[in-house]
Amino acid sequence: MAATVLNVNGRMESVTIADPDTPLLYVLRNELGLRGPRFGCGLGQCGACTVLIDGEAARSCVTPLSSVGASNVVTLEGLGSDADPHPLQQAFIDEQAVQCGYCINGMIMQSAALLRRKAKPSDQEIKQELANNLCRCGTHLRIVRAVRRAAGL
Amino acid sequence: MTVIMDRRSVLLAAGALIVTFGVVPERARAQTAAPQKSVSPDRVEGFLAIDHDGKVTVYSGKVDLGTGVRTALTQIVAEELDVPMSQVAIIEGDTALTPDQGTTSGSYSIERGGMQLRRAAATARQALLRKAAADLEVELSSVLVQDGVVRASNGQEIPIGQLVSGDSLAIDVDPNAPEKRVSEYTIVGKPVARLDIPQKVNGRFTYMQDFKLPGMLHGRVIRPSGIGSKLISYEESSISDIPGIVRVVRLGNFLGVVAETEWSAVKAAQQLTVTWSRWEGLPDQTQLWEHVRNTRIVHDDVLSNVGSSASAMAVTPRKLSATYDFAIQTHGSIGPSCAVASFSEGAVTCWTASQATHNLRKQLAAMLELSDAKVRCVYVEGAGCYGRNGHEDAAADAALLARAVGSPVRVQWMRADEHGWDPKGPPTLLDMRAGINQGHELVAWESELFIPQGGPTLVELVGAGLAGLKDLSQLSPGGVLNDLAIPYTFPNVKTTAHRLESTPLKPSWIRSPGRLQNTFANESFMDEIAAELHADPLEYRLEHLDDRRGNELLERLATLSNWRARPQPDRSAHVVTGRGLAYVKYELVRTYVGAVAEVRINRKTGEIAVQRFYIAHDCGQIVNPDGLRNQIEGCIVQTVSRVLKEEVTFDHAMVTSLDWATYPILTFPEVPDVVIDLIDRPNEPPWGGGEPACAVVPAAIGNAIFEATGARLRSMPFTPAKVKPALNWL
Ligand code: FES
Ligand code: FES
Repeated sequence: MAATVLNVNGRMESVTIADPDTPLLYVLRNELGLRGPRFGCGLGQCGACTVLIDGEAARSCVTPLSSVGASNVVTLEGLGSDADPHPLQQAFIDEQAVQCGYCINGMIMQSAALLRRKAKPSDQEIKQELANNLCRCGTHLRIVRAVRRAAGL
Repeated sequence: MTVIMDRRSVLLAAGALIVTFGVVPERARAQTAAPQKSVSPDRVEGFLAIDHDGKVTVYSGKVDLGTGVRTALTQIVAEELDVPMSQVAIIEGDTALTPDQGTTSGSYSIERGGMQLRRAAATARQALLRKAAADLEVELSSVLVQDGVVRASNGQEIPIGQLVSGDSLAIDVDPNAPEKRVSEYTIVGKPVARLDIPQKVNGRFTYMQDFKLPGMLHGRVIRPSGIGSKLISYEESSISDIPGIVRVVRLGNFLGVVAETEWSAVKAAQQLTVTWSRWEGLPDQTQLWEHVRNTRIVHDDVLSNVGSSASAMAVTPRKLSATYDFAIQTHGSIGPSCAVASFSEGAVTCWTASQATHNLRKQLAAMLELSDAKVRCVYVEGAGCYGRNGHEDAAADAALLARAVGSPVRVQWMRADEHGWDPKGPPTLLDMRAGINQGHELVAWESELFIPQGGPTLVELVGAGLAGLKDLSQLSPGGVLNDLAIPYTFPNVKTTAHRLESTPLKPSWIRSPGRLQNTFANESFMDEIAAELHADPLEYRLEHLDDRRGNELLERLATLSNWRARPQPDRSAHVVTGRGLAYVKYELVRTYVGAVAEVRINRKTGEIAVQRFYIAHDCGQIVNPDGLRNQIEGCIVQTVSRVLKEEVTFDHAMVTSLDWATYPILTFPEVPDVVIDLIDRPNEPPWGGGEPACAVVPAAIGNAIFEATGARLRSMPFTPAKVKPALNWL
């Protein structure tokens, strides 16, 4: 078993994984102990597992480890910290945009990708960006408000 | 912060009054032996402990299912004891530590659970005041608590931690202990920020799915191809290329695989060659309603019987009748069910997101043939579940696999396990009839509900059933009959529930169970009657309500939504809009909700867009207005999803809607605005807010569609496939 080196949250991490098809999600959660990305469907349908790969939102549950290479992977933990939260994290707190919160990783990561591309998105654009991120608790209205707040709108 | 009770401090505390706070890794928590602590709901120390630093630990049998109730319960205790919220920590749903306060469901966490805590805290407060008065040698009337410090009118002070000794809270809860005056509240009633949100947005929160133990292995279950299929054989050689397989576990028809890594378990479960017997016992879904109607009725429950509807109906010249149906739906948790089980010295500890750990403990004990004392269930929050989903089943799976391999096992259901095997909201059918006299008055109302005989209190564990082990499934009439009786004052009313012997898929509760279906039929039918009588739907309801709070609520709803009696709108356009109204007094004894929905319908495609919901809500005393709004918004959005989209599909063998593509839910572009008027009544008891608002959503939408198009939709969900023919038929 060869070691694979990953660039996660700005750190080089070496992991030893037998099967290169292992989805990135399991590597992040079980090898690197990260909890931001979550298992929701394993099918690329819900967005709970979203991370940024080279700045783009990606579904880590359907991203094989072998395809990650030297790309820059950022998880919710890498976005900000308790002491220094990312504007999106702060905005989700300010808007109390969480119920169970299981989907929220995906909401924040997907929105982070959007705000990189477009600093001041319209409500329509925010909703469109999040169209493939599912929330079962019905927190959508607050999530949109939080993204808007993070964008300074 | 994870609050734990470490064993040493428990032992030191003698009598478990004193607990130590600290952030301790999960593995330490796992190895903590169950301490001896009262879990009696009649004892203050069942619910509360105070340590020498004045830190308060709350032991709550009601758990936070992602609703924010942890914060609200903390507010209630902090308020009543008069300590800062930061000084209060809460432990939830641990069978060794928390009283059995019943299942966390039915919007009762504050109404019942919170009030038990309030009374315990009020009793504790009195005990502390008495102790302080004695210690300071002053009158009881001259001491009060403020910010965790007892102050006497002569200026002396004692922090409450110093008043606590070995058994000072080992007292009965006094139901008559004086409660704090509402006018003195500083915490209850305030939109306090939720305690869990910072960690949930930065990846530090421990969900059930994150919980780990040292030496823990990963399990996956392999469910039968048909619900009743028998396991004929499996070929272990088919997974021999997968590294780290520990064992394939078979118990009767229960099949699971345990591996060292999660991915190996996932792959093995997918790849294992298994032969199941053919089983095709489910009815034809296209004939579901005939099937329901033809299912044997085991008994009837008459929910209300006013006057004589039969004799009134016999002589009314004008009659209306309609049948409403509500599809089978699934909970659809975003995080599939998960549990960890660990055996040691003949006892098992199970970490679970179950909404009823005390019940689960009994079920696991029965399945494993252990005494209850040998089973401990510890609640760890999962993804929102909205009722009894698969968490208990995952716990049984984990226990069976952990026992088989002798190591701690984590079972994570895959998406198809959740969609396929979590128990479902049963198909519900309602026949409605009304008799109208010569004077254009409704004189008779009858309804008949067809519903399975038990919503179960204890839903049979999938794993126990497949493995052929004992289980404690238990039927209870449950709350599903609620709101079949109506809040309106008609002279002759009879509402009857027919309890059916069986239902195709294993049933359980989904948010607002029964009340949702019953209110859909009642409030849609009220709209049919109002239309028949050319009455304004709001005026008509007000005329037939004899309920001050209900009337006030509807009037506030009218103001909020700017309700106007409308001339029949133009129904010829390609895209038409409409407004619909619905009202509920939840279970006829608690929370009032009124809704106005605004919808837009594309008459060519049959697509419905719900644009806005106006909600007036009265649940008595509001503990946390922002938390309540969050819950109401959630109720509306989730129920709009159920109304517009959701239906479990199945063939003769099995559920076929096994993922989000085949069971779609509402997405961001489809979410309506929600405008809420909260009616706060600080001097009234607090009622529930977690589900009542769901109940008004289906009829409000259906009534709006009627207003817009003249088509009456009586079959849930309102998908274009149903809406289009209804429009064409006009
Ligand atoms: S878990 Fe990856 S998209 Fe659902
Ligand atoms: S907050 Fe629970 S799924 Fe979105």
